[in-house]
Amino acid sequence: MLEIRNLHASINGKEILKGIDLTIRDGEVHAIMGTNGAGKSTLSHVIVGNPAYEVTEGEIIFNGKNLLEMNTEERALEGIFLSFQQPVEIPGVSMTHFMRAALNARRKHEGLEPLPAGEFLKLMREKRKIVELDSKLANRSVNEGFSGGEKKRNEIFQMAMLEPRFSILDETDSGLDVDALRIVAEGFNKLRRPETSAMVITHYQRLLDYLRPDIIHVLIDGRIIKTAGPELALEIEEKGFDWIKEEAGL
Amino acid sequence: MKQYIELYEQCRGMLNGHSAPVLNALREEAFGHFRQMGFPSQKVERYKYTDVARHFAPDFGLNLNRLSIPVNPYEVFKCDVPNLSTSLYFVVNDQFYDKALPAVPLPEGVVVDSLCRAAETFPELVKHHYGTLARSRKDALNALNTMFCQDGLFVYVPRNVVVERPIQIVNVLRSDVSLMVNRRVLVILEEGASATLLFCDHAMDSHAFLTTQVIETFVGENAHLELYELEETHVRNTRFSNLYADQKAYSSAVLDNITLHNGVTRNRTDLTLSGEYAETTLNGLVIADKEQQVDNNTLIDHRVPHCQSQQLYKYVLDDKARCAFAGRVLVREGAQKTVSQETNANLLGSREARIYTQPMLEIYADDVKCSHGSTVGQLGEQAMFYMQQRGIPYEEARMLLKFAFAADVLSTIHLDALHDRLNYLVDKRFRGELNKCEGCRMCKN
Repeated sequence: MLEIRNLHASINGKEILKGIDLTIRDGEVHAIMGTNGAGKSTLSHVIVGNPAYEVTEGEIIFNGKNLLEMNTEERALEGIFLSFQQPVEIPGVSMTHFMRAALNARRKHEGLEPLPAGEFLKLMREKRKIVELDSKLANRSVNEGFSGGEKKRNEIFQMAMLEPRFSILDETDSGLDVDALRIVAEGFNKLRRPETSAMVITHYQRLLDYLRPDIIHVLIDGRIIKTAGPELALEIEEKGFDWIKEEAGL
Repeated sequence: MKQYIELYEQCRGMLNGHSAPVLNALREEAFGHFRQMGFPSQKVERYKYTDVARHFAPDFGLNLNRLSIPVNPYEVFKCDVPNLSTSLYFVVNDQFYDKALPAVPLPEGVVVDSLCRAAETFPELVKHHYGTLARSRKDALNALNTMFCQDGLFVYVPRNVVVERPIQIVNVLRSDVSLMVNRRVLVILEEGASATLLFCDHAMDSHAFLTTQVIETFVGENAHLELYELEETHVRNTRFSNLYADQKAYSSAVLDNITLHNGVTRNRTDLTLSGEYAETTLNGLVIADKEQQVDNNTLIDHRVPHCQSQQLYKYVLDDKARCAFAGRVLVREGAQKTVSQETNANLLGSREARIYTQPMLEIYADDVKCSHGSTVGQLGEQAMFYMQQRGIPYEEARMLLKFAFAADVLSTIHLDALHDRLNYLVDKRFRGELNKCEGCRMCKN
């Protein structure tokens, strides 16, 4: 379970998050919607511990542990995963090397031995099928020369490999065609478990049709100004955000 | 400088007495040049980045009397680069080790032997080449090496002979006191010949070593040479190596220089393309941290038309490493249709690490395609964050990025087994598991 209380965060001295309260229980999928520049990506980066952002107030508790006391990799090892809006290209580091380092770090954290090479490759084969990535993946450098769609599928592939407790999908639907969107969304759904939860950042109803979130939050100007059931997304699709802003007196 | 002049004057007889006439013949002339020039100051462009005199100031022992050094390298090094079977030879300090030689014979006519002995056996051949590329008047270190060298290695591949099996030479530094070694290497590939040479430099003892090495390489018409040099010594080792190569028409050469671990190293590579349609590839990889210093200084001299040269040097530096790359490509008047690329890329892992980079291109012909450039960068913050978000620890993420940076130099190594082995060694190096030379890791598992 993730609990965010009165979270304030800034970048380069500019306050972006101005008091976020949010609770996501096991098994739940929450969607965060909002206008550009409202702070959605900032929220996701603050949760995973991007050192570029400074938390000035508030707390984030994950399964009883204070996330703000942990660095990026410690949070990841606790089971927090971010599907990046813009996955980073790492020339020269093969997906195999990268994934093995990540998976074995996780296993070590859980007190397990590194996975033998044969089993690891078998696992890679199995998991890449979930997002329909081909066999060349293993030898390619991380995200280098990947199309926009491949990059997003690669994010979900990594999620499948690492089996996080809590995932953030940061505009995973942006730049995807209809087929790729379906592959990514169905891939995500296959990975859902009763004990996992997720936060989905998106501008579009299309992705939410697949993911069926339990709760929708509207984030405007660094604050959550409305929280409701899935029907809210449909209303936003139809009417935009202005009415919500008015309702909130903004 | 004075100590070397005095030493030479006192030991002339001893030097000559334990070497061959062909080698002795150039000693006096070299001495004259050295006395006149002295050690190059840092005002000399080529030596801008290394204070030579300082490294020669301490007193080192020299083994001018050729006392035999108790060592059996074959027992120390059970050489077994996985899947790479080489014809393996050892040179202990400057002395060719001939107590046991490779079981598989070399192709007929091919010679791998002590330079001193070769100078007795093939005096005309050696005389015809020795000292003709590494002129004493050109460089004080050539002069010093020529004054003091008594032996080294001789490799000869006759016309149209292809040596399939790589020839591996392990240079072992071995001494009970701090030691100066002056090693000389002569490599001759005649017309149409082909060979792969792998030099591995190691120090068996933790004493301070100062080595001067001069390698003269002759690549005949249509010949093919691959020459890999790998230094894996320790922080008390100082190496000054001058490699000269001359390539005739239609020849090709790959010269790779890798510094995995060292103390102070200066490698000069001076390559002349003297025959048309010759091709050359010069690659370098430097991994340095602590207070290690590596200065690679190259010259590719395009003297005739239709030649190609490529150069890629990469440095991965950390801690307080101070390194330099200066690469000069000279395209002479009339060397039309030259194609040349020069790249130096550097990755700095700390604030204190320093790289001086100086790619130089001088063109005196008007129909050529040349480029040169260098980059200096740090580890990518975004990539670091991305990897850490996946749970990869900070140090591991740094190592993966460094390894990735070095990978494209390693990928230029044509010997697959060596390529794999180097990947392994570089990986270990970045993990900090290769901090001192513990013997020939190329050879020992």
